[in-house]
Amino acid sequence: MLELRDVDAAYGDIRVLSGVTLAVGTGEIVALLGPNGSGKTTLLTSIAGLLRPRGGTIRWEGEDLATVPAHLVVERGLALVPEGRRLFGGMTVEDNLELGAFAPRARRHRAEGFARVYALFPDLRERRRQLVRSLSGGQQQMVAVGRALMTNPRLLMLDEPSLGIAPRLVVSIFAALAEINRAGVGVFLVEQNVQAALTLAHRAYLLESGRIAGQGRAADLLHDPHVRRAYLGPLAVRT
Amino acid sequence: MNVLAQQLVLGLLIGGLYGLAAAGLSLVFGVMKVLDVAHGELIMLGGYGAFWLVALFGLDPFAALVLVIPLALVGGGLLYSGLFSFVVRADEETRVKNSLLIGFGLALALHALAVQLWTADERSIVTPYGGAVIMVGELAIPLVRLLSLLLAFLLIGGLHLLLARWRWGKAIRATAEDWQAALLTGIDVRRAYLLAFAIGTALAGAAGTLVSVGYSVSPSIGLEWTLKALIVVVLAGLGSMIGTFVGGLVLGVAEAASAAVFGGPYREVVGLVIFVVVLVVRPRGLFGK
Repeated sequence: MLELRDVDAAYGDIRVLSGVTLAVGTGEIVALLGPNGSGKTTLLTSIAGLLRPRGGTIRWEGEDLATVPAHLVVERGLALVPEGRRLFGGMTVEDNLELGAFAPRARRHRAEGFARVYALFPDLRERRRQLVRSLSGGQQQMVAVGRALMTNPRLLMLDEPSLGIAPRLVVSIFAALAEINRAGVGVFLVEQNVQAALTLAHRAYLLESGRIAGQGRAADLLHDPHVRRAYLGPLAVRT
Repeated sequence: MNVLAQQLVLGLLIGGLYGLAAAGLSLVFGVMKVLDVAHGELIMLGGYGAFWLVALFGLDPFAALVLVIPLALVGGGLLYSGLFSFVVRADEETRVKNSLLIGFGLALALHALAVQLWTADERSIVTPYGGAVIMVGELAIPLVRLLSLLLAFLLIGGLHLLLARWRWGKAIRATAEDWQAALLTGIDVRRAYLLAFAIGTALAGAAGTLVSVGYSVSPSIGLEWTLKALIVVVLAGLGSMIGTFVGGLVLGVAEAASAAVFGGPYREVVGLVIFVVVLVVRPRGLFGK
């Protein structure tokens, strides 16, 4: 269970998050929606420990993460697939995945991890000796999800996994997320593709200008007039 | 013609040491984004360390490497913990600036310390086989310098394997490529920095040992070696240790060639010309990734 209470975050003098309170339950799929610049990425990097919030608390399974260094946040079962994937391009697919299992706890489950990732993304098994930078964007996104899965997470956080990827591969990545969730892993998803995100998620939060502007069950939000106007565009309102 | 060929061979031999000197600097800079301008002084200390081991215990200088390398590893770890560990907390631009200040300070201190301990005289390790020369046709190849080149190659090859195969070697490469992504995979980036700096110092120690056998050490050689290493790092680019070794050989041969063609004083000029030309024409270096 991930719980954020009144989280404030800033870069220098620029305030990005104000009093964000939200929760992601065990095994739940929660989407975080919001326009560009609303603070979604900041929220995820704060949870992952790359950025320290100015105020409020972030708790994971009851523990306050305020003083936990980022590499140990991973070890506690919280994995982030960052915006833009941030893979190690000069290394092979296999090396990238193996690095996901770097922490002691993950290393004990290394073999299962590989089996799980290759079962989800059979393409990667064939390309395991290829350098990551030679792969397409969609394949790279699979490696990024795979690398995060190798950390053996209980909650998988993803920052815009569909960005710049062929629609066909977006479908298979979202299918993989559903599959991952069926194994009991929670998913916290930041996504521009609102339709896809709300179809996958159980619940969603709306983040606007660094504040939670709304929340609800995904199915309800998909039919909410405000959401449709603001997030799905004018064409969606008529249909 | 023979004179030129002889000069080029000697250039190639010292080039191996340029490569070894640069490997440590390249590793530290590539991983930590910290420019350790005291790297040459660490090489100087390695030379004196080997000199001591030889003088006190009568060790063979090449065998002394077995002691110099672990000692330098530990020394590097201490140096990182004491001086550089807080530099890496800053963002990358600040890191370079701060590390320059610390590096210059450290270089001055180590230079002064060496003058106190060993006087300003030049020294070199004398071995029974020190004068031995292998004749290839009309070319004379000094045995100890040939051995130094081979050892330099072996050390760089070893480093390459370490970075390619070892778990922490991969972690060091991952940290060099993207330290935040490395954190997200559970790598303790601070420890990767510590290891990289310790290994870089060990390479400097090894380079210093080889310098003191085939050439000579004095407290003031530091700056010269830092410069050579820096030129090779720029020439070769970051990310490939084998490339760095080749870069060292290229600099050694280029120096020898320009000294032979334009005269001795131009030996030092060619490196700086290479430095500028590479920065303008191919900023990521010959083998940079």
